[in-house]
Amino acid sequence: MYPQAYRYTKDHEWVEIKGHVATVGITDYAQKHLGDVVYVELPAIGTKLAVHQTIGTIESVKAVSEVFSPVSGEVVEVNGGLNAAPEAVNQDPHGTGWILRLNVAAPSDAAALMDAAAYEKYVAGLEA
Amino acid sequence: MTREPLIFDISEAGKRAYRLPSLDVPGTEDALAGVPVRAGIPGFPRVSEVEVVRHFTRLSQQNYCVDIGFYPLGSCTMKYNPKINEKVAALAGFTASHPLAPADTVQGDLEVLRLLEEYLCEIAGLDACTLQPAAGAQGELTGMMLVRACLEERGDPRKYVLVPDSAHGTNPSSAHLCGYTVKEIKSNEGGTIDLEDLARQMTGDVAALMVTNPNTLGVFEYDIVRIAEIVHAMGGFLYMDGANMNALAGKCRPGDMGVDVLHINLHKTFSTPHGGGGPGSGPVAVKRVLEPYLPVPRVAGTAGARTLDYDRPRSIGRVKSFYGNFGVILKALAYIWSLGPDGLKEMAEIAVLNANYIRKSLDKLYHLKYTTPTLHECVFSDKIQKEHGISNLDIAKRLIDYGVHPPTMSFPLIVHGALMIEPTETESKRDLDQFIEAMTRIAREAETDPELLHAAPHATVVRRLDETGAARNPVLKWEGKAPQ
Amino acid sequence: MSYISLGDQDKKEMLERIGASSLEELYCCLPDEVRLKRRLALPEAMPEADLLRRFEDLAARNTYPGYLSFLGAGVYRHFVPAVVDYLSARGEFITPYTPYQPEVSQGTLQIIFEYQTLICQLTGMDIANASLYDGAMAAAEAVLMANRLNARPKILVARSAHPEYRATIRTYIRNLGVRIEEVGFGPDGRLDPAELARRIDKDTSAVLVQSPNAFGVVEDLKAVGELAHGHQALFIAAVAEAASLGLLEAPGAFGADVACGEGQSFGLAPSFGGPYLGFMACKKEHLRQLPGRITGQTKDVDGRRGFVLTLSTREQHIRREKATSNICTNQAWCALRATMYLETLGAEGLREMALQNVHKARYAAGVLGRIAGVKRRFGGPVFNEFVLELPKDVAAVNARLKEKGVIGGLDLRPFYPELGPCALFCVTEVHTREEIDRLAALLEEALR
Repeated sequence: MYPQAYRYTKDHEWVEIKGHVATVGITDYAQKHLGDVVYVELPAIGTKLAVHQTIGTIESVKAVSEVFSPVSGEVVEVNGGLNAAPEAVNQDPHGTGWILRLNVAAPSDAAALMDAAAYEKYVAGLEA
Repeated sequence: MTREPLIFDISEAGKRAYRLPSLDVPGTEDALAGVPVRAGIPGFPRVSEVEVVRHFTRLSQQNYCVDIGFYPLGSCTMKYNPKINEKVAALAGFTASHPLAPADTVQGDLEVLRLLEEYLCEIAGLDACTLQPAAGAQGELTGMMLVRACLEERGDPRKYVLVPDSAHGTNPSSAHLCGYTVKEIKSNEGGTIDLEDLARQMTGDVAALMVTNPNTLGVFEYDIVRIAEIVHAMGGFLYMDGANMNALAGKCRPGDMGVDVLHINLHKTFSTPHGGGGPGSGPVAVKRVLEPYLPVPRVAGTAGARTLDYDRPRSIGRVKSFYGNFGVILKALAYIWSLGPDGLKEMAEIAVLNANYIRKSLDKLYHLKYTTPTLHECVFSDKIQKEHGISNLDIAKRLIDYGVHPPTMSFPLIVHGALMIEPTETESKRDLDQFIEAMTRIAREAETDPELLHAAPHATVVRRLDETGAARNPVLKWEGKAPQ
Repeated sequence: MSYISLGDQDKKEMLERIGASSLEELYCCLPDEVRLKRRLALPEAMPEADLLRRFEDLAARNTYPGYLSFLGAGVYRHFVPAVVDYLSARGEFITPYTPYQPEVSQGTLQIIFEYQTLICQLTGMDIANASLYDGAMAAAEAVLMANRLNARPKILVARSAHPEYRATIRTYIRNLGVRIEEVGFGPDGRLDPAELARRIDKDTSAVLVQSPNAFGVVEDLKAVGELAHGHQALFIAAVAEAASLGLLEAPGAFGADVACGEGQSFGLAPSFGGPYLGFMACKKEHLRQLPGRITGQTKDVDGRRGFVLTLSTREQHIRREKATSNICTNQAWCALRATMYLETLGAEGLREMALQNVHKARYAAGVLGRIAGVKRRFGGPVFNEFVLELPKDVAAVNARLKEKGVIGGLDLRPFYPELGPCALFCVTEVHTREEIDRLAALLEEALR
């Protein structure tokens, strides 16, 4: 269920690092608990983010969740498609529901995060 | 029942309802010289009086209301709205008053303000009161501004306000608007404020603790006097959200518990009608130390010679124009006079009786997270029904099929899947039993026929609405073509 | 009076089920030290007839309705069609709760949707909310909204805006690190554009101007808007006399980012200051920062059109301290009355009413201006209010008018001491020519 190549945070963000670019989104567990996503607040290109700094928020009908950056870096791309189709976060959270891409300052930040197996175990523990 | 069209969709050129008397002064072309005049208002309605009357009458039939039935909404106190209150508030002597009229021509109005201030102080056990805030949230903002103004004068406004995790959202929101950072106080296993957590967090940097008593679980903060001591020992203020005063009137008084500043919701405890979302009124009562900061103006003078005093240099200023929602204030005054001291006490006692009767009748069927004794409201959760895939939302929507408005849901945040029930004192045993019967049946349906609940309500003019779609693609006004 | 619906047998059975022997036992959780051990010191309960007598007595102490009055200043007397009182008094409109359960609240929700539409049409803006407390608080919320949008610390407010609006804004921003500067007015009674140009800079979050302003003068919204936008500041247009929107060009036509104001003129009684009706509307790109409740159109599971409260994530019950406002209960029943009023007056009625205001005010300004010693204070065009400079102290003149059963224009000295003896007169469609002539005759007499 959770892509092997990704790394995961305790706050249910995922990050995929390819070279110096990190793609960030929220996990299937997160989207399920949020409910139908109605709006994603995206940061401006060029924004510099530290680890665990707030990227933006995701809104469902009855809740708002902050999204935290799993790694540090500078925003180089945001998923503008989420403006017209925020439901992509629900339908394909690990794929087309990606939120932004960062130019990573320290790719090694990701090593400190959970891998797919560890995250699955973590989530299973929460749902118990 | 068929859907009622939007007024804009039945509008047509040539239709008119209201007529004015003819102009009795010369109307000259140049009257509008230098003024940018609009060509028209595209889409603005043109309908007949018959169409207006039928439109609104039919729309009224799509509304549930207290006059129709029970609203067990926790923390809302949806009690019966007495009709004599409506009548007195509509007296022409009151409705015609202009707020800037010379004081000697509005002595009745000024006396009304003075009387309600006095009565609320007596009920609250506090020393002074403002009626200016237009609703509870504005009362909270006002109350917190008073605290900040006092601390500022002492040289240190401080940085934080403590708010329990069970609090209504307006509490942290109002504190934030005062420039404070909100810190959360945990509730203990009884659902009340954890005294250790409070003692730890109540530092010299904290301006106030905002407490609701009874809290949003319906539980009386038994340690309230100790809580006040902890707060005061560090030079802070104790703010009380008076939304739940319906349980306390005549039984105990916030001022006697150590509360320094309290807001009251006239549209809850004091029976003024909700009107589909307001107007309400949120008076704030305070201990004498905060009196100088109250909003301006204050009613002064003696009976028959009342004035408005604007000479209040330490006041926080004003939070809205004029003196408050006067039309609402009139109704609350009528209510207090109607009930008298014994009636107010009875109101609280029966509110508590009705709530405990419901609690006892449902506590085997629905999960009660906290077993602490409750007063005028209780909070169940959907934990038992969740085992069948049924949420509090499904229970709520199915209640509608039984002719009852759902309870407050998903609040307080410390109870997941909450159903907060406050019957108030004006419900009959028959109405309470009908509610209990409905809830009992729903508990059974959750086990035997969950689909029925998922698809509820079935018998309303519209069924479950697509709230996701409404938020994703907002349509917030009529966008049809303007009729010619 | 009691509104309890329990009989003696009921109470017995209920206590039995609970397992308590008395009502007092239900309060066992109250510590003894806080219990009230005496009766509340309040008057004894009054049955209905006595209550009515008491209130009639209080109402009779208000002698104001017996006067012919020319007061305005943010609260206006207009004809209210009979259907408004009749329809708004229905229990289904007075006694429902906030429409959080849309399936049983379609009446309220559809009316709010119509109200939002009407406000957008009148102000020429994209989106409107479901109401705020009043015009003053709406102005304050508009200022806070601007500050959230661009995080700049300075607000420029026209001194010609209503004194209570300015005071309310000051109170709301006092703890938020936002400062307010007033921009003065010129001899025409309008905001001084040269002074605005001098004061506006990159720190300016918004410029707020009221039109018609506190002097009744119609401001040059185009000029103010251009100056504001020229510095990337938001342009907030406030309206205290909503009736003016029936005739004057809308704030939206001048590029206002936010239009806010007071809807009391739309069918609400003066009622000694409330309840009134704050309205607020904005450009669509500012939607997520608009405070207050909003109703939206949607469909139900069977495809039927319906209405819901929407975009609730802006509000306090979800976003708590990060909300756009702390507002919860608003002025829904007042918005309902305004909707009834506007739909009954209709496009033609609203425009005709507004025109009558203009003509009657102009006539009044003419006859009063011809009285020896009386001068029109400002040259700018007006809607239904105007300022006259009197040769004597206004308070003294008004005292003499009052002896003859007339309440004259508002003495502006407490609010604008820099003006000298000036009074603000309001004339609406309710004033007859005879009444205006009477005022003129009495004013002339009072000045002799």
